[in-house]
Amino acid sequence: MFGKSEVLETIDMIEKEHLDIRTVTLGLSLLSCIRSSAEETARAVYAQVMRKAEALVPTAEQLSREYGIPIVNKRVSVTPVSLLTAAFPEESVLVGKALDRAARELGIDFLGGYSALVHKGAADYEKKFLASIPETLSTTSRLCASVNVGSSRSGINMDAVRAMGEIVKETAARTAESGGAGCAKLVVFCNAVEDNPFMAGAFHGVGEGDTVVNVGVSGPGVVWHALKAAPEADLTDAAEIIKRTAFKITRAGQLIAKEAAKRLDARFGIVDLSLAPTPARGDSVAHILEELGLSVVGSHGTTAALAMLNDAVKKGGVMASSRVGGLSGAFIPVSEDIGMIESAEKGTITIEKLEAMTCVCSVGLDMIAIPGDTPASTISAIIADEAAIGMINNKTTAVRVIPAPGKKVGDEVNFGGLLGRAPVMSVHGGDAGKFIGRGGLIPAPIHSFKN
Amino acid sequence: MRAVVTVSGTDRKGIIARVSGFLSEHNVNIEDISQTILGERFAMIMIVDTSESDEEFSALGQGLERMGAEIGMTVRLQHADIFDAMHNV
Repeated sequence: MFGKSEVLETIDMIEKEHLDIRTVTLGLSLLSCIRSSAEETARAVYAQVMRKAEALVPTAEQLSREYGIPIVNKRVSVTPVSLLTAAFPEESVLVGKALDRAARELGIDFLGGYSALVHKGAADYEKKFLASIPETLSTTSRLCASVNVGSSRSGINMDAVRAMGEIVKETAARTAESGGAGCAKLVVFCNAVEDNPFMAGAFHGVGEGDTVVNVGVSGPGVVWHALKAAPEADLTDAAEIIKRTAFKITRAGQLIAKEAAKRLDARFGIVDLSLAPTPARGDSVAHILEELGLSVVGSHGTTAALAMLNDAVKKGGVMASSRVGGLSGAFIPVSEDIGMIESAEKGTITIEKLEAMTCVCSVGLDMIAIPGDTPASTISAIIADEAAIGMINNKTTAVRVIPAPGKKVGDEVNFGGLLGRAPVMSVHGGDAGKFIGRGGLIPAPIHSFKN
Repeated sequence: MRAVVTVSGTDRKGIIARVSGFLSEHNVNIEDISQTILGERFAMIMIVDTSESDEEFSALGQGLERMGAEIGMTVRLQHADIFDAMHNV
C-alpha cells in the first residue's frame, strides 16, 4: 500500500520533474525475412515489421493513459541489416528504405538496426554494407545505423575504425543541408550491447528471442529535484538519495515493460537504467553534477561527480528491476542536455573532458558537433580513443559526432526536437593520419583471456 | 481495477461532491478518500475500484479530466499499480 505523500510525490515527479518512460522499444528478429533477392527481402522485412509492431504505438499510448506516465518514444530495433543482405550487400539500401517506410507508417520516430558487427574483421559483404551507410542515411529519415568496431574480447578493428571516419564524413556531406544531421543517426560502438533500447544505437542481437520489449527509463529532473532538497548532504548521503530516486524511476519502467510485453505478446527483455537528458530545462544530467557542487559542468571534479552519479543510479536500478541491461548509466549527449549545451557555448567543457567522463559513465562521446573540415583520420582517431576506453575497461563506449559541413568552432547546429542543438566544439589539431593509416587490429587486452 | 483519483487546484466549494457524483454515476466505488490543503492548493486523493464500471478505463479517465476542467481543477485517474511499484520494495 502507499500513502498520500507518495501519491503526490509520484504526481510531482511526472508533472514538475519530467519523469517519463523515455522509450518502449520492440526488438524484432528479421532473420526469417532473408530471401534470394534484395527486393524480396525488402518486401518481407517491411511486412514483418508492419505485422509485429502494428500494435506498438496504440499499446504504448494506452499504457501511458492508464498509468498516467508519459511514454515519450515508441521504437523498433531489428536484426543487424548487414546479416539480412549478406548475399546482395550492394543493394542494402533497399532494405533500409523498406524499414524506414514501415517506421513512418507505424508512427515510430526511430527504427534501429542498420548495423554491422565488425569488431574482429569485416567480411566482403560487410565492407560493402558499411559503404552503403551514407546513402542510406541521407535517403531515409527514421532509420538509425550503428557499427561495432571493437570489443574487450577481440580488440579493435582499426581497418573498420579507419573506414568509419570516412563514412561519418561522407554522411555529413550528403546531409549538409540539415547541418550533417545524418550523423546524428550513426553510432560507432565498442562492446555494443544486443538489447539497447536507446537510439541511435539500438539493434536486435542475434542472441535475442524473436520479439522482445526493452524499456529505457529516464528522470534526470527527478534526481536533480531530490538533490536540491538536500543541499548540505555529504556525498555518502547524496549517493543514497540518488540510489533511492533511481529505484523509484526504474520501478515505473519495470511495470510498463512487463505490461507492454504482455499486451504485445512479446517477451519482457530488460529495463535500461539510464538517466537520459532532454534539451528541456530541468531535465539535465549536467545540472545534477552542478547541484552536487560544481560551478559548471566540465570543471575539475566533474568526472568524480559523474562516477558517483552513474554508480548510484545502477545500484538503485538493479534492485528495482528483475532484468537490467542495455547501456544503463548516465548519458552525456552534448546537444540533448541544456546544461551541456550552455557549458559548451561558454567553452567550459571540452572534448577532452568529455572523453574522461566517458570512462566512468554510460556510453561515450555523444551528439557532439565538430568543425566541418575535421579530417576523416581525426574522426577515426576519436573513435579509436573511445573504443580503447571501452575495450580496456570492459564497458560500452560509442562515438556519435557530427562534422557539421561549413561550420567552425563557435557556430551552432540545430537538429530540433530531442536531438537538440550543438555548439561546434574544437578538436585537437594534431595529425593522427599515419596511426590510423596503419590499419590492422589492436590486439585484445591481456584481461580478455579469462577462460 | 484499483485506481487512484487525484484532484488538485485552488480550493473551492463542492469539489468532493462533483467528483464523487461523477464516480457514482459511472458505477465506480470509492474505497478511501483523503484530502489536504497546502496554502491555497487543494489536493484530494481517492482510492477507487473501477471493476463494476461499464466505461472503459481510459475513457473514464478522460471523462474525469473534462469534468475537472469544468470546475477548474486537475483531475487524474491512474492505475494504482504505478504507486505500488514506485513506493514499495
